[in-house]
Amino acid sequence: MPAAATILNVVVSGILTGIVYGLMALGLSAIFGVVRLVNFAHGELMTLAMYGAVVAFQKLALDPFLSMAGAAVLFGALGYALQRGFINRFVHRPEHAQMLLMLALAIIVGNVLLLAFGPDARNVQTSYQLDSFELGPLLLDKVRVYAAAAALVTTALLGAFFRLTLTGKAIRACADNPLGARVAGLPVAHLYAVTFGIGAATVAVAGCATVQLIEVTPGLGPAYTLLAFVIVIVGGLGSMVGALLGGLIIGLSEALAGLLISPSVKSMVSFGLLAVILLFWPRGLLGGRR
Amino acid sequence: MIDSGTAPDLAAGTTAPALADPGRRRRQVMMGIAVVAALGLPLLGTSYLVSAATLALYLAYVGQAWNVMMGFAGQLSLGHSLYVGLGAYVAAGIFVHTGVGPWASVWLAVGVCAAVGAFIGLLAFRLRIAGVQLSLLTIAFAELARIGFDHIDALGGPGGLFLPVTNRGHVDLLGFRGPPALYYYGMLVLAAGALGLCALLLRSRAGYYWRAIREDEAAAEAVGINTFRWKMFAVVLSSAMTAVAGTFFAFYNNSLFPEQIFGFERSVEILVGPVVGGLGTLFGPIVGAVTLVVLGDGTTELLNKAGIDVPGVRQGIHGLLLLLVTIYMPNGIWPPLARALGFEPKRI
Repeated sequence: MPAAATILNVVVSGILTGIVYGLMALGLSAIFGVVRLVNFAHGELMTLAMYGAVVAFQKLALDPFLSMAGAAVLFGALGYALQRGFINRFVHRPEHAQMLLMLALAIIVGNVLLLAFGPDARNVQTSYQLDSFELGPLLLDKVRVYAAAAALVTTALLGAFFRLTLTGKAIRACADNPLGARVAGLPVAHLYAVTFGIGAATVAVAGCATVQLIEVTPGLGPAYTLLAFVIVIVGGLGSMVGALLGGLIIGLSEALAGLLISPSVKSMVSFGLLAVILLFWPRGLLGGRR
Repeated sequence: MIDSGTAPDLAAGTTAPALADPGRRRRQVMMGIAVVAALGLPLLGTSYLVSAATLALYLAYVGQAWNVMMGFAGQLSLGHSLYVGLGAYVAAGIFVHTGVGPWASVWLAVGVCAAVGAFIGLLAFRLRIAGVQLSLLTIAFAELARIGFDHIDALGGPGGLFLPVTNRGHVDLLGFRGPPALYYYGMLVLAAGALGLCALLLRSRAGYYWRAIREDEAAAEAVGINTFRWKMFAVVLSSAMTAVAGTFFAFYNNSLFPEQIFGFERSVEILVGPVVGGLGTLFGPIVGAVTLVVLGDGTTELLNKAGIDVPGVRQGIHGLLLLLVTIYMPNGIWPPLARALGFEPKRI
């Protein structure tokens, strides 16, 4: 059994990672909850944002935590355009056709990245990358703390948007009752596009926040898509609070499994959790047991 | 859909069937040409052509197996690499450790995959999991296997399992060892067998029940179809068929890595063919597989010949094909192609 201080460190680091995971999954959950679209390209959007951060750092010496804001705006616009000009045409197709459509987009983005950047890993190295904050027995990586802080701020902004603004309320109305929203005269196509834009923007922020913690390769997409789905399913598809809760659960359980069993089994824990939750709480922990 | 060729056939009675259905003769001739070309290909083709054709047949076969579950019964599996990998590892593990060849071990591979398919189906269908949740469950099990096999040292772990390769020029039918043409004909027999089996199934009670479930499960249940039983049949048959492809793959490729064989990319590769060719059709998986290999691997080969070696082209083309077909030809390329060639469009 590892020392108590080690366990505490791992738990806190797992929570910090979990917050960023939660933000990443939030976008997927919002898109599913409102547009009813299973975004199989979510991880590829995140990878695309990571490469954006890598390029911004290498060419413009921009810190990923600064380029984050630009990435959010760019990806928001990209997501809006993608939904408005393209995906909206397919919202009435059968579910499997939409899944295959997004899967096709995911394959294309992943392989265009591979063509453009090659298979070698890229990374961003800032001056503070290896620094950490010391709090008694706790040693916290600065990057992880900043990433979690950025994720928390973004999540809070998003929560405020959905609770306080008219557009946010209209989007929630769309999620609750798409037909009713249409009858009431809400611009559903526009609201769907805003939702996809928000989903893309949040995953871009998550990508910029994560870029210093991993080696960026073009093949990261599917793993992140799956991770986002695991989180969202654990928390409950379409539930925003659920996505955050799911992120924390997965972040923590991965960190603990890595410490107590072996680092290589950590994703096995999340997929095992996915199978169990799917089978016994198919609507997720916050979706209620049927 | 009704074949326009059958109407005059009925009107003309039995006096001149050949004249009454002019399309029939053409279909027979085309099928004949296809059979002769398939049988003769290794005699005329270069080694590259034979390996590309073997790949096309492999994709056609696994596509046919996947199509039983999704195309016929409407259950979208995104984790079929699980059965390819299990089938491959069972046969290869037995061969490496005991020297027993594929003719014996393939049955065990089929049994293991059928059991795993039955287990997943039992859990999913008993608990009424469908749609996205079912697709994610299939991915979860494939991923669990991928990570799990990384930790089985007796099967090589992440470093891979390698099958000893003997003299490639010598044909050893019992050990399924020999030149590339042997594997080509082996895969041809499998693909033809799967086509025949699916043709029979579509005309049987199972085929009609599956399509009823695919179109409207609640309605199928309401008319008294035991949807659980028939969905189980689809997933067990599909996984058992895929196991044979896995065993073939092990002896053809001679090296297995959990990272590759259970990978999500593999599952995607399996489904692109039948979707591009035409979901739920008999010839869709074949047409799709040939299209993928001609455009994907053909382009890669041309680029390589021109001295350009870029990764990602092959799968990028797969993605593009999947995108274009999903947008513009939701039924796949076989139905319109069949009409153009004078075949009956078999979108049932």
